Amino acid sequence: MLRIRNLKCYYGRIMAVKGVSLSVNQGEIICLIGANGSGKTTLLSAVCGLLPDWTGEINFMGRSLKNLDPPAVVRSGISLVPEGRLIFPPLSVLDNLKLGAYTRYKKRAVHEIGQDMETVTTLFPILKERFDQPAGTLSGGEQQMLAVGRALMARPKLLLLDEPSMGLAPMIVEKIMEVLEILRSKGLTIVLVEQNALAALAIADRGYVFETGTVVLQGGAGELLADKDVKRAYLGKDYGDFYDAG
Amino acid sequence: MQEILQYFFSGVTNGAIYAVIAVGFSMLYNSTELINFAHGEFVMLGALCMISLSAGFEMHLVPAFLITMAAVGAAGMLFERLAIRPVRHPQHVVLIIITVGASIFLRGIGMLIWGKDSYTMPPFSAHSPVDVAGAKLLAQSVWILVIVMTLTAGLHLFYRRSLTGKAMTACAVNKKAAWIVGIPTKWMVLLAFGLATAMGAVAGASIAPITMSSYGMGTILGLKGFCAAMLGGLGSLWGAILGGFLLGILEAMGVGFVSSGLKDATAFVLLLAVLYVRPQGIVGSRKVQRF
Repeated sequence: MLRIRNLKCYYGRIMAVKGVSLSVNQGEIICLIGANGSGKTTLLSAVCGLLPDWTGEINFMGRSLKNLDPPAVVRSGISLVPEGRLIFPPLSVLDNLKLGAYTRYKKRAVHEIGQDMETVTTLFPILKERFDQPAGTLSGGEQQMLAVGRALMARPKLLLLDEPSMGLAPMIVEKIMEVLEILRSKGLTIVLVEQNALAALAIADRGYVFETGTVVLQGGAGELLADKDVKRAYLGKDYGDFYDAG
Repeated sequence: MQEILQYFFSGVTNGAIYAVIAVGFSMLYNSTELINFAHGEFVMLGALCMISLSAGFEMHLVPAFLITMAAVGAAGMLFERLAIRPVRHPQHVVLIIITVGASIFLRGIGMLIWGKDSYTMPPFSAHSPVDVAGAKLLAQSVWILVIVMTLTAGLHLFYRRSLTGKAMTACAVNKKAAWIVGIPTKWMVLLAFGLATAMGAVAGASIAPITMSSYGMGTILGLKGFCAAMLGGLGSLWGAILGGFLLGILEAMGVGFVSSGLKDATAFVLLLAVLYVRPQGIVGSRKVQRF
């Protein structure tokens, strides 16, 4: 569904992603893990069209995403739940969700949008209770649910999530991971960027481990969970801590 | 008492105009974080365009008014497209200097088209002034107030009810987030320029009958509108309206009770006071930053 080949991303002259290749199949949850600054967020930015400065190949359902701006990427069926949620605090929860469907209102898909609103509020019933409240008054967990809901309102085929567990209580993280599993069972494809590798790998099908802009390891979620290098990358410990002790 | 009322009427009339100009500043600031120092020149274009269409071409008032709004709005969008968007590294200071340059350029255009003469036009309706407790209220003042009220209500509805209005708010809140969601932010900025400058045109067209309009009128009106926007709180619709009326009334009282030399000084003294005491303005809540 999504195929990335030899992707190199640049911030000015600095190369933040140094030749990454990966593929995502229909109906999978793929997890990208790695420490801060390893290039995961940069890769998502490139896919979404936020970062135009890249070389290589990004193909989504057979079409190249080169030179598409974020609204065009959204229209092609990819939605991003950005790092830090980036909801619109002064607007009501309902308006936030409606704006998620902005690209579709232009196509007069009002009826479908109503259905999707139902779907989202079934997944996150709390949002319905808060419909008229300004989004800024929501708790962190609720805001994250809103961010996910807003992304779903674009009716994506591929959902990208950047650190959805950041700063949230374990119970909320669990709830969000549950929702992602439900979404997968409905056929949605998901790419999950996480520092909380444990929670992410628990629901993922496959994973890629990033380190300073390259993929150092890839494989099934179970294998990765058991891997020493993953433990090191995820816990941020030195090789020495593991190999000397072991 | 009668005197105060008379000053009040004149203050409210001017204030309404400042309010509309301030709304233009505020709107644009909201969407782009940019102060458009050429805004006053769009007011000038509005006034002169209205006079040409209605007095020159003897067009009916309503179409003349609408065409003026549309034409100036289009000029504003052209300005965004040609002078603002192509800037490679859009820093605030650079963009602000571009708007200052544009104001000089537009003044030049105004002078080329309309020459250096001043023009005026008959009021929108020929009613005689209304007598209120001994003070006279001009029919044109009533027109101005009605137009301003309608416009404000319309804008309020636009921002609160329409999806495009909400999308513009979203852009103002967080441009990157709006872009990710799929809102075409460039189009929103263009639209903001069009609306804001059309707002300026409304101000210009409304005061054309009660003032002398010439190519240089925009500068001082623009500055007054800016003061009003700062006074009320930049970025807030109601703040701009409040600031406009407050400025107009204080100005009129200053002129009436102290000295007519104070007219323009009032605005700038107020501006300085606001910047010292409460830089976010009366109703502003946003964090203020210097650059």
